[in-house]
Amino acid sequence: MRPFKTLQKLYDEESQVVITEKGSPPRVLFHGENFLQEDLPVGTRVIFPRPPLAGVPNVKAAIRYAINNPEGMEPLHALLKPGMRLTCVIDDISVPLPPMVTPDVRQTILEIVLELAADSGVDDVHLVIANALHRRMTEGEMRRMVGEKIFNAYYPDRYYNHDAEDPDGMVALERTSHGEEVSVNRRVAESDLIVYVNVNFVPMNGGHKSMGTGVSNYASLRHHHNPKTIRASDSYMEPKASALYKSNERIGRNIDKHLKVFHIETALNNRMFGGPTDFLAKKEEDYTEADRLKFQAMRFALSKLPRAAARKVLNSVPAPYDVTGVYAGATEPTHQKTLETSWKQYVVPVEGQSDIVIFPIPFISPYSVNSILNPLLVQVMGLGYFYNLNRGVPLVKKGGVLILLHPAYDEFDPEHHPSYIEFFHRLLPETRDSMKLEHKYEREFAENPSYVHLYRKGNAYHGVHPFYMWYWGENGRQHVGKVIVAGAENNHVPALLGWDRTDTLTEAIEEARGFMGRSATISLLRIAPTVMVDVK
Amino acid sequence: MPSKAAFFDVDGTLVKTNVVHVYAYYAMNRGSVLGIAGRTLSTALSVPLFGVMDALDRKTFNEFFYRYYAGLSEDRLVTIAEDMFEDVLQPALYEQTQDLIDQARRSGCRIVLVTGALDFTMRPLARHLGADDMIANKMQFVGGKATGKVIPPIIEGANKANAIRAYCTREGLSLDKCHGYSDSASDYAMLAVVGRPTAVNPDLRLRSIARAYNWPILDLK
Repeated sequence: MRPFKTLQKLYDEESQVVITEKGSPPRVLFHGENFLQEDLPVGTRVIFPRPPLAGVPNVKAAIRYAINNPEGMEPLHALLKPGMRLTCVIDDISVPLPPMVTPDVRQTILEIVLELAADSGVDDVHLVIANALHRRMTEGEMRRMVGEKIFNAYYPDRYYNHDAEDPDGMVALERTSHGEEVSVNRRVAESDLIVYVNVNFVPMNGGHKSMGTGVSNYASLRHHHNPKTIRASDSYMEPKASALYKSNERIGRNIDKHLKVFHIETALNNRMFGGPTDFLAKKEEDYTEADRLKFQAMRFALSKLPRAAARKVLNSVPAPYDVTGVYAGATEPTHQKTLETSWKQYVVPVEGQSDIVIFPIPFISPYSVNSILNPLLVQVMGLGYFYNLNRGVPLVKKGGVLILLHPAYDEFDPEHHPSYIEFFHRLLPETRDSMKLEHKYEREFAENPSYVHLYRKGNAYHGVHPFYMWYWGENGRQHVGKVIVAGAENNHVPALLGWDRTDTLTEAIEEARGFMGRSATISLLRIAPTVMVDVK
Repeated sequence: MPSKAAFFDVDGTLVKTNVVHVYAYYAMNRGSVLGIAGRTLSTALSVPLFGVMDALDRKTFNEFFYRYYAGLSEDRLVTIAEDMFEDVLQPALYEQTQDLIDQARRSGCRIVLVTGALDFTMRPLARHLGADDMIANKMQFVGGKATGKVIPPIIEGANKANAIRAYCTREGLSLDKCHGYSDSASDYAMLAVVGRPTAVNPDLRLRSIARAYNWPILDLK
């Protein structure tokens, strides 16, 4: 074990960027449901998440202040009229990750809003989960999100999942100036007031996307969830660089023209790990002996568990996030404030791009809560989300190499991801070309009656969702020269995804250097917790 | 004009019943008191035999089973079919059956029921569900009386697949784009012949096949 005093010399405690030296400790890196502990080559730039911002001292007070002093709208109490029809639209289980410790901030907001509504004589209240084409949340998940009291009062008649395939459940508003269809959940569209309850996990969430995507349907979503829009987006996390954001903005402005929407947005810090796993958020240089022991014990235990059990264990640990800001009011000014808080938490400035970038892929994604991170989701985490965790300039150079750390197992959850299985095993062997996939197969999957049924009556993602996952990785795929998945346990999954594989990270770096040259620069995004880069 | 169809098995897939229920209903409605008693008793005694035969071979089961219709008049069978639909089939429909059929229609499919039951017993159900067509067994009638023999080929197992293939050729449908729905591994051929098979409330064997071939599995309620 290297002496702590030696380690201290090797990095600047204040900086989130550490250059690997000869005496640097090995890095603790997510590798699916377990971890790797790897020594990185000297000179590797390691980018760490910022420490968690301090939470607001009193969340309820912050919510009350926000709804009484909103941005660009009257206070909420002034908008509530006796006898009106009110619908609260709520972000679904895809945020935050992992789910936060209870009470979830959505519960806290709803408790305040519903009490205010009751005091104002508003009795016709529905709670609609903005799951768009995501899977329906289960009864247990819905209970956990809003708490026992609200659940018992509203479920199932007045607290339910949005159904984008209900033939009578959608209303078409006028198209945007770009001809984009705008469809909204009927109950929402026919409400006198809509309160949108948001959890802003990353800057991509919230704003016009909340209503424009969350309570919409395939006919509307296909105007921006397509390869062309994704290719035109340099980063999903930076509105100025995102065609996806601009399309949602046009759709959202149309919605705001026709409907009265009062947004309540909340920003969280990145305190993803608490209690016995809090060391995972530290720089390895800062690990104590106890931290090292805890890590080794955890790694050993996870390695001895069957994967499903390890997944269950990891999914059962909620994150002790703190609320760092609550903003309310009209869509754009509210979201602007949320974005500023979000960037303050996540953005780490870095000098220049790298030839080779390493992304450790954890066990979870927005689409696999209480489920399996299947190969398409590994792809979307690497080439979709992590690649886009920047403010317009990706961390990896054009034509560079991405190294993903994941076992890349061929496992799918038939209950949550039935159409993913067909997409992966029937379509990808034929083509990986997003344009061709969209043209030839997207509508077939979207309208497949079995997948529609599983989405509406079961807990399955919509039939078209695997296409969106594939498109999500499109600008990353277009940008990088090679993807290597290190530690992949089979050949066929990386091959179907168009990737190389190696047994170890060291081999992957060797291969990447063979591709980019011996002097190639290397960066590691030491995620999770969440971190975004601002490449100068 | 749709270029594809959704082929639905009926017993166990869209309704909770199977042909035994249908036959029992006919037995109970034979007409005379003696007829009812005799047929009900013989049906009750035959139930274990039906079970064994059904498990071993659906074709033999159907052939054996339809002999019990011998001697019944066509008019009577058709009349009883209407009552039988109301009393037996309609209450046994899964709540989500109509949703699934409607969704298939919205996706541009022609709706076709494929069943080993006799056509006249299924007509009221087909009408109720809004099916466009039906592939079913046909009873032979001589002089207005059922002979107890089914006009071959008997619609079951591999013959369901042949019938679907012939139907698609005749109607100009693309078999590859068609959907198939069944609950039983005995309908493996029917599911395998279409491009988009789905297991519905599958038995253990079909569930295992569906998992192996990555077919979607629906649990209709």
